[in-house]
Amino acid sequence: MTEEKQIALVTGGSRGIGRECVIELANAGHIVAFSYSSDVDGTNETIKLASEVGTAPIGIKSDVSSPEGVDQLFTEIEEKLGVVSILVNNAGITRDTLLMRMKDDQWDDVIQTNLTGAFYTMRRAARNMMKNRWGRIINISSVNAYVGPVGQANYAAAKAGVIGMTKSVAREFASRNITANAIAPGVIETAMVGETPQEWRDTMLSTIPLARFGQPNEIAHLVVFLASENASYITGTVIPIDGGVGMGT
Amino acid sequence: MQREEIFTTIKDLAVELLGVDEAKVTNEARFKEDLDADSLDIVEFVMGMEEKFNVELPESEVEGVATVGQAVDLVSSKVS
Repeated sequence: MTEEKQIALVTGGSRGIGRECVIELANAGHIVAFSYSSDVDGTNETIKLASEVGTAPIGIKSDVSSPEGVDQLFTEIEEKLGVVSILVNNAGITRDTLLMRMKDDQWDDVIQTNLTGAFYTMRRAARNMMKNRWGRIINISSVNAYVGPVGQANYAAAKAGVIGMTKSVAREFASRNITANAIAPGVIETAMVGETPQEWRDTMLSTIPLARFGQPNEIAHLVVFLASENASYITGTVIPIDGGVGMGT
Repeated sequence: MQREEIFTTIKDLAVELLGVDEAKVTNEARFKEDLDADSLDIVEFVMGMEEKFNVELPESEVEGVATVGQAVDLVSSKVS
């Protein structure tokens, strides 16, 4: 398949890394749909910014942590735009707390959204990607999967899980020209990171070799590349974009 | 549903999904060795049969199916 424009789905596109992925994929000429859970203002802003550089994306309110929610999401996209050939699993939440104080739902919610949600979307997308013998799956993991920060046993578990899952999927679907890769962002300037304690951010900053946090669009650029025809020999990888902080982990 | 009808539908599905010659799809034809189906082909084929016949074919029952004839037998047992 040549550089044809594809239909891309980004989960969690109302802000942060997801928003930049939507914008950059639209900029690259793709038709983009994204899911959001509740942030309508953020969703409209994403649509506005992406429309300035490409075809206006569509934002769909959706719960990607449930199989029904994922099925509805894909069905709506298929009706409005067509079959998804680029899937970016970005939707993620944090429920930071020390393990001993972590409640069941704090563990469950993070695993369900960050890990199981990616399973649901990949399973739903796989069939059509297989039929078309072309697909790109890009899963957003995290440097925290390797580093294991205090207070993030749930997040680190989910993000590490995404890595293992990405590799299995890469192997399973390789014969159909479907690649699956994971990106491990470091500390990126987003609302999610903005919610962390200032003390933590100061400490992190001092450990990052490139001495700054990353920008969400620095993740999006790799997403666009991995989704392109030029990346068709790259599969089963975990690529860090972290200013060097994850080196040696 | 008659066995003949099931066989014809499965044969058409095999031609469509596996890209094989109609003539190759006999009762004795083995999916892997004769029709060149890999594991993903088989998953697609099972899902295709579930849709065409409106049946559920659990993994455990599909495991023993190696030939077209066995697939026809399995579907027969679900639709009759």
